[in-house]
Amino acid sequence: MSALQEVVNDTQPVETTPKKYMALGTTASVVVVLLLCLAPLIAKNFVIFQMTMVLIYAIAVLALNILTGGSGQFSLGQSAFYAVGAYSSAILMENFGVNYALTLPISGAICFLCGYLFGLPALRLSGIYLALATFALATAMPQLLKLHYFEHWTGGVQGLVITKPDAPFGLPMSQDMWLYYFVLVVSMVIYVASVNLLKSRSGRAMMAIRDNEIAASAMGVDVARYKTLAFGVSAGITGVAGGLGAIAVQFVAPDSYTIQLAIALFLGMVVGGVGWLPGSIVGAAFIVFVPNIAEEFSKGLSGAVFGVILVLIIFLLPHGSRQIAYTVQNWVHKLGRRG
Amino acid sequence: MTQAQVSSSASPLLAVRDVSVVFGGIVALNGISFNMQKGQILGLIGPNGAGKTTLFNCLSRLYQPSKGDILLEGESILTRPPHRIAEIGIGRTFQNVALFPNMSVVDNVRVGAHCRTNSDIVSDSLRMPWIRSSEKALNKKVDDILGYLELRNVAHTTVSGLPFGTQKRVELARALAAEPKILLLDEPAGGLNHEEVYILGDLVRRIRDDRGITVLLVEHHMGMVMSTADYVVALNFGRKLAEGTPTQVQNDPDVIKAYLGSKDEQ
Ligand SMILES: Nc1ncnc2c1ncn2[C@@H]1O[C@H](COP(=O)(O)OP(=O)(O)OP(=O)(O)O)[C@@H](O)[C@H]1O
Ligand SMILES: [Mg+2]
Repeated sequence: MSALQEVVNDTQPVETTPKKYMALGTTASVVVVLLLCLAPLIAKNFVIFQMTMVLIYAIAVLALNILTGGSGQFSLGQSAFYAVGAYSSAILMENFGVNYALTLPISGAICFLCGYLFGLPALRLSGIYLALATFALATAMPQLLKLHYFEHWTGGVQGLVITKPDAPFGLPMSQDMWLYYFVLVVSMVIYVASVNLLKSRSGRAMMAIRDNEIAASAMGVDVARYKTLAFGVSAGITGVAGGLGAIAVQFVAPDSYTIQLAIALFLGMVVGGVGWLPGSIVGAAFIVFVPNIAEEFSKGLSGAVFGVILVLIIFLLPHGSRQIAYTVQNWVHKLGRRG
Repeated sequence: MTQAQVSSSASPLLAVRDVSVVFGGIVALNGISFNMQKGQILGLIGPNGAGKTTLFNCLSRLYQPSKGDILLEGESILTRPPHRIAEIGIGRTFQNVALFPNMSVVDNVRVGAHCRTNSDIVSDSLRMPWIRSSEKALNKKVDDILGYLELRNVAHTTVSGLPFGTQKRVELARALAAEPKILLLDEPAGGLNHEEVYILGDLVRRIRDDRGITVLLVEHHMGMVMSTADYVVALNFGRKLAEGTPTQVQNDPDVIKAYLGSKDEQ
């Protein structure tokens, strides 16, 4: 219990807390957005695809960050919501001919509802017990998707194949590049809305619950309501990520959404920095690229190499990538004062 | 019922009627009754384990009395869930400071105003114009309170890094942000030095005078209670020993006996 809880409680910033502790400053935001916009122009199609996956996982990591960093609840079950989002989009596109972009809000809404409903019984659990309940959800999901009863919709063990969308209006762009920019826009919208949310009255209520439930309740915060809402919002955003993932991979199958995905998202959150939303993209890059890097080191021992890299990061950067961001920020400040 | 005496201004703001609380075998409160008048500073004293915090927890609905009733302006509060207590005007601080440690001072105080503001997650995420204007009004209010309690210079500091005395003031600021009718202060002077205690006493009186807030003050520091409170209720082992003006209670033989009986109190 304590090891998990420390992740949440021990989120004190390295030095002084800057005012914009949840988001990036304006300059940093502009730089990051520019980099993300320009990068695909010099990259190969396969790399663009990988970058698209980074953005998609970043959305899913951000969703977990709202739940854990924001409201202090754990989840090892995010893969289940990701799966529901992916299948919802896939079924809507392939069986009902719904436009891919339109499937996303629907998948998000379906997952919001699932998360909200799951959050209701989860109210009685906290810490490690909640982690276990969500773990059970994650292990059950692939089996549910394989059920004979749903096979007509889900395609059973085979899964569903999805057609990749072309760039609209005859834009001279490869499918991969179009999808990258599409995902980039969606992720920026979700990021801005999430920052808004965490900085708002609702976000403060969630963080108050994370820090002290009894005090939050004495201040008039309806603890049950905000905890379930946090679950709903987190699941909804994860569902959008799942939908985008299905479109990008052009395929959904039960075994793509196992507990391993949930653990990867959890790692992404820790590496990015719990409660620090911009870290989500760093965490996502970690879970997309580091396993490949580990494989290049040694084919047979890639798992061990990955483990070593992970442990090193946790040792050197216990606050995740936010720690690097603060260090850089302090340097810039010092340079600014000298110059 | 004693509501026949409507003519007098004596209808109490808060009435505690025959309240008992039992934990397993321990009777933490045993048939406690007293009234609080509007604008009063009522001191609640008693040795360790007398039941003072237990009474506070009944008032904020963390504990359910096994017997009796608690009325605010004539209406029972016992049907309300804990999170609907702030909105009817009961605010509190905690004996061992219960702030939101990873949040900044301003954010702590903003949460204090939760029950006085409105929003929903969709409008919050989209930062609708009405959200912007209500946040602006909130910031103004929070800034006023921080100025009032001389906390402006730590406004953006994370609470966990502040000294204990400052944290207690932040907790007071958070409670004021809820615009309470009654403020429950559980040992606000704990951990303060002699001089700070009297400054705090003045502050409590000022809060009452400036903002018309009725105060229920639990404090072990007798000097502070006697110089700050208008009226005192003394508890021991969950029973009411005495009530009256500070001088009356101080000279009550039962109270003297209770305090001499427990060596660690002056
Ligand atoms: N949640 C609880 N469970 C069991 N017993 C409790 C609980 N809360 C309080 N008590 C018991 O009730 C009695 C009154 O405790 P309370 O905390 O109200 O005393 P107090 O007057 O606030 O004391 P102090 O001055 O030390 O703060 C004590 O015997 C205490 O052990
Ligand atoms: Mg106490």
